[in-house]
Amino acid sequence: MSGTFLGMPTLPVFGHGNLNATEPFPTAARSELANPQLRANLGHATHTIRDKRLRVVAELPDWEELRDAGSAIKENVMANLPALLEQFEANFTARGGVIHWARDAGEANAIVTDLIRATGETEVVKVKSMATQEIGLNEHLEEQGIAAFETDLAELIVQLDHDKPSHILVPAIHKNRSQVREIFLREMPVVDPELTDEPAKLAEAARKHLRAKFLSAKVAVSGANFGLADSGTLAVVESEGNGRMCLTLPETLITVMGIEKLLPSWADLEVFMQLLPRSSTGERMNPYTSVWTGVTPGDGPQNVHLVLLDNGRSAALADEMGRSALHCIRCSACMNVCPVYERTGGHAYGSTYPGPIGAILSPLLTGIKSEENNSLPYASSLCGACYDACPVKINIPEILVHLRAEDVDSKRSATKVPTQMDLMMKGASWAFSSGRNLGLLEKGLPLGKLAAGKKRKITKLPGIVAGWTQSRDIPAPPSQSFRQWWAKEHQEANHDGGTSTNPAATKGDA
Amino acid sequence: MRIALFATCIVDAMYPRTAQATVAILERLGHTVVFPAGQACCGQMHVNSGYFKEALPVVANHVRAFDTEDYDVAVAPSGSCVASVKHQHGMVAKRCGEDALAARAAVVGAKTYELSQLLVDVLGVTDAAAQLGSHFPHTVTYHPSCHGMRLLKLGDRQLDLLKTVGGIEVRELPEADQCCGFGGTFSMKNADVSTAMLEDKTANICGTGASLCSGGDASCLMHIGGGLSRQGSAVGTLHFAEILAATLENPAHIAGDVQLAGRK
Repeated sequence: MSGTFLGMPTLPVFGHGNLNATEPFPTAARSELANPQLRANLGHATHTIRDKRLRVVAELPDWEELRDAGSAIKENVMANLPALLEQFEANFTARGGVIHWARDAGEANAIVTDLIRATGETEVVKVKSMATQEIGLNEHLEEQGIAAFETDLAELIVQLDHDKPSHILVPAIHKNRSQVREIFLREMPVVDPELTDEPAKLAEAARKHLRAKFLSAKVAVSGANFGLADSGTLAVVESEGNGRMCLTLPETLITVMGIEKLLPSWADLEVFMQLLPRSSTGERMNPYTSVWTGVTPGDGPQNVHLVLLDNGRSAALADEMGRSALHCIRCSACMNVCPVYERTGGHAYGSTYPGPIGAILSPLLTGIKSEENNSLPYASSLCGACYDACPVKINIPEILVHLRAEDVDSKRSATKVPTQMDLMMKGASWAFSSGRNLGLLEKGLPLGKLAAGKKRKITKLPGIVAGWTQSRDIPAPPSQSFRQWWAKEHQEANHDGGTSTNPAATKGDA
Repeated sequence: MRIALFATCIVDAMYPRTAQATVAILERLGHTVVFPAGQACCGQMHVNSGYFKEALPVVANHVRAFDTEDYDVAVAPSGSCVASVKHQHGMVAKRCGEDALAARAAVVGAKTYELSQLLVDVLGVTDAAAQLGSHFPHTVTYHPSCHGMRLLKLGDRQLDLLKTVGGIEVRELPEADQCCGFGGTFSMKNADVSTAMLEDKTANICGTGASLCSGGDASCLMHIGGGLSRQGSAVGTLHFAEILAATLENPAHIAGDVQLAGRK
């Protein structure tokens, strides 16, 4: 092989960076479940946001129509993504911005590093951004000798604690305020030793810590919630105003945005500015919405860059069943209502994207064959709460099932030793594919009853079914199945169909 | 009306009384019940576990059993199995390249109702005591299963029917809309998370002081009942069809400790 670039890369290009679990979900979940403080913090926080969301959503009589509109706009974007991206590039460039295209995390990190180096700076301030978390930008910059300071309060807490975010909107949701106080006292270079865990005092400490950075920073790095194709405009939606400081004060602004974040036009923002705040923080309106279009001479950053990031998005787009995962606007409503997330927290999912959306988005971006992520689609009871809450109606349960099928199919081969699950499914497929087969099997019910014994319950089973009996009994089976009872009650009917002409068939005795 | 009963595999094999109760209710209303003998299972365990190839013969069997039988509507005492028949069968058939089967599945799906849907929307039952003679002098709480609630949008149909049963006291279940943690093979693959969800559900159930928890899905009730049994609780589970079928003359089988299921 020569080292010469020979043209198109191998397709599809899957995503890299902080998108992988480091251990299978059930293993990671087990250790998180063992942390009662985490359970308490998460339970409290998710329930609070959940209730707030329900209240503000109920205020809108056209909420369902808004969800339909959001879903339709995103579907349109995905169907026309190449053209919209070119339109966006032309408009962004015409307004004085510079576009950079990044196929994956490595390319994006290298582009951002070069742009920062060109300014001669070694420190940057950051606006909260999922895309830069996804590509592991902070870690990369640190290796290159560049310090990146998170300015979002919760991101700051996580960064000071050398921890990982566990929620896309509330990265420090796993910490309570007394834990935050301890982190500030331990990690802030200048801090009042009398600091209490009052939220206002904690915010004040963070403000003082950050103010110096805002005033001295020459370079800021941000993500973006929306890019508007018809004008080349970018938008960041936030609560604290720290993002606004980063977006307006420094000389150089570098934004990293996934290619799926485009909207066709300014008018489409109307829909999303109603959907996003209500779904994410449970507010009617977010406090700060910053919108910029290229460079305005004498006002704000004069060097404006945008890195358009693929990192597996094209691969996800190619998946007909899974592509609507790209409609996600990162509101986090799905994780706030998810009974699994509520108990395990975000770290159990490994990836930057936790919760229900992460369980589909991460494997779609990395490919389901990525061994680290093939347990994620199973991290759901398919209760459907996420689908109901999603402001752009992503059918997460359906995509989870689709990805499970992809996982199972990717492991099929003639030579493979079947797993217990494979064997169970094969056996059940035989039993359930005819009434006669199931009827034959049911002749064994008295045996099950016998096995259950005097206690009339089964309390321990081997193999994969042991997962059930670790916390649940199985009742003793009945002595005859419904099918057997019916046949006896309707002797006169033929064995293929059977009609009930017996009005006394109400004895209810099995 | 001629009504085809889809008993569902779990009710057929483990909870025959739920199907018997369904037959009793429908016959009491003057309808004819038929039981297509070829039926077995809806296949959602296979589908939800990603085994579409193994699900296909199960789906095909269900469609065959129900499109060769003569009936007006089909009914199942399960929200989850009806949701599978309505929403998954076509998808699985299409994905396996069986378009003709998908079309037949759509016809069967459109004629299939969950029991409370059939009772309320089609048969006009709004007062169980008056119209069915239902009598059940016990304190009951009620868990709405996820698929009935979210995929079929059953709303309060089951609960409202329970509230009209003679002699019953229905206690509201806190956090009722939270999943019990069953989720089919999820309960085995992610047993720890499933157990954590179940513990919160059973704590809420026990907190109501009810003597049993009712619902519309035998699988979820087996999960909840299995947890209560393991915890040594005296609280049991009972499908709402059995409560509706119970009368003064023919009370439901809940002697003494309310059994998990299937006991005489």
